[in-house]
Amino acid sequence: MSKITEEDIKKIALLSRLELDEKEVGKFAGQLESILEYIEHLSEVDIEGVEPFISAAASGNVFREDRIIPSLPNEKALQNAPKSGEGFFKVPAVIK
Amino acid sequence: MDITKFTAIELAEKIKSKEFTAREVTEASLALIDAKDNEIGAFLSIDREGALAAAAEIDRKISAGEDAGVLGGVPVAVKDNICIEDMTTTCASKMLENYRPPYSAHVVDKLRAAGAVIIGKTNLDEFAMGSSTENSALKKTANPRNTAYVPGGSSGGSAAAVAAGFVPLALGSDTGGSIRQPASYCGVVGMKPTYGVVSRYGLVAFGSSLDQIGPFARNTKDAALLLDVIAGPDQRDSNCAPEKLTGLNELNDIDYSGLKIGLPKEYFETEGLDSQVRQKVEAAIEKFKTAGAEIREIHLPMIKYAVPTYYIVATAEASSNLSRFDGAHYGHRCGDATDIIDMFSRSREEGFGEEVKRRIMLGTYVLSAGYYDAYYLRALKVRTKIADDFANAFKEVDIIAAPVAPSTAFKTGEKTNDPLAMYLSDIYTISVNLAGLPGISLPCGEADNGMPVGLQLISAMNQDAKLLAVSAGFEELG
Repeated sequence: MSKITEEDIKKIALLSRLELDEKEVGKFAGQLESILEYIEHLSEVDIEGVEPFISAAASGNVFREDRIIPSLPNEKALQNAPKSGEGFFKVPAVIK
Repeated sequence: MDITKFTAIELAEKIKSKEFTAREVTEASLALIDAKDNEIGAFLSIDREGALAAAAEIDRKISAGEDAGVLGGVPVAVKDNICIEDMTTTCASKMLENYRPPYSAHVVDKLRAAGAVIIGKTNLDEFAMGSSTENSALKKTANPRNTAYVPGGSSGGSAAAVAAGFVPLALGSDTGGSIRQPASYCGVVGMKPTYGVVSRYGLVAFGSSLDQIGPFARNTKDAALLLDVIAGPDQRDSNCAPEKLTGLNELNDIDYSGLKIGLPKEYFETEGLDSQVRQKVEAAIEKFKTAGAEIREIHLPMIKYAVPTYYIVATAEASSNLSRFDGAHYGHRCGDATDIIDMFSRSREEGFGEEVKRRIMLGTYVLSAGYYDAYYLRALKVRTKIADDFANAFKEVDIIAAPVAPSTAFKTGEKTNDPLAMYLSDIYTISVNLAGLPGISLPCGEADNGMPVGLQLISAMNQDAKLLAVSAGFEELG
């Protein structure tokens, strides 16, 4: 299962939204394969009937009251935007 | 004044009693950084103006007879993945090189409320991913003990800043050992609290089920004081415990006749445990025994699966958490994007360094269709078994003692081409994050080459006060 081809790497890169160059594709294929080979050891463990570990929080998820509190003002929220205008984030056209 | 001579507690007392002004202490810290940090590289940014203004306010309060806070005038460094409003927070990444957060982390508000003077932001492995701080895209950090060696990571800058004496206190974050391992490599105290003790609001997320913010100091008393300042509830972190842990700063005397310390057989049998590290850790345990503690061998049979489990859980969470860096809202955006996918993919390709990409890729793979059950779900189940191992052990013992890392600090460049070898330097620390437990690293000697060795003490969940008390007790055993 742990044979990672360059095609696999390109597919994962697309899912990860990373435009890898050819050199990185080759390098990651080898490295991910050896990391996955190491991770394969987990298949030795008997997990029959074991519940997945969902949260490390002793008190579980902490809920708060659903009430309106002040949020970031528009100009603060936009202060790091690579491009903005008229109070919005600007990006290339999504629908052509 | 020589700032390196005083603990945080002493500095706060001397400022309060007007022996020093907060300004003198702040200037001493800044002067030392000016003189030495070009050699060490602990800091990514220094907030000279902000620090001096904060110090002036402390001095004003003290001369007016007002309460300056328990850390009144004490210089503190903050890891650069913790947001401070309008102060660059880079995560040591080109992605966030110019990012100025519009808000401050909860721990930063707590520090300021306690009178701390924030000196600057410290270097780290990019997005806290790494074990040597060599993955920083912005700067190299050297180990103050010997600059040919790495400071550990990912909180290498914070560990180095405290070890070099630039500041008596610093904050780090620990996802798989990122506080404890650099503390060990640099010869200072570093603690990862129980998951949920400290709010992560304003900490740039890496592995959300693992991340905790914690203190660095030169001794346990200072670390306990800092943890007591930053701990406590915060509704902005839904995993932050609703009640603050009590007694964190009390450091009660230890009744050694009633103290049971467990040594996990599996930890000491690991291939690759350096003989000098083993020897120093065993000598430390001998001190507890001489003081009257009962030493018991314990078993953590699942522990050998901790590293593979961690690298599934942490990378899966990272791939999800880091999807927010899309070039749209903040951070790096590539030039001349042809469409939105092109903007996402090229912004991320240009903004992230190699280790970050590797982990995003691995995390995406283990979560992808067809592999989810085989990798991610299986890892979550093994994680339950690892947590059960610890829970069973703590039915028998109060504290677990172990090495922090299999070796002392390695040389710069020694492991950069072998990601798996780098991952294995966290073999003793990551199980603590997987189980959500508190762990502390404290110095217990030096190897023949002069590099520090760390002792790791671990307690059951929410027993952080006891853990700190035992750690402080150990320091007094001498």
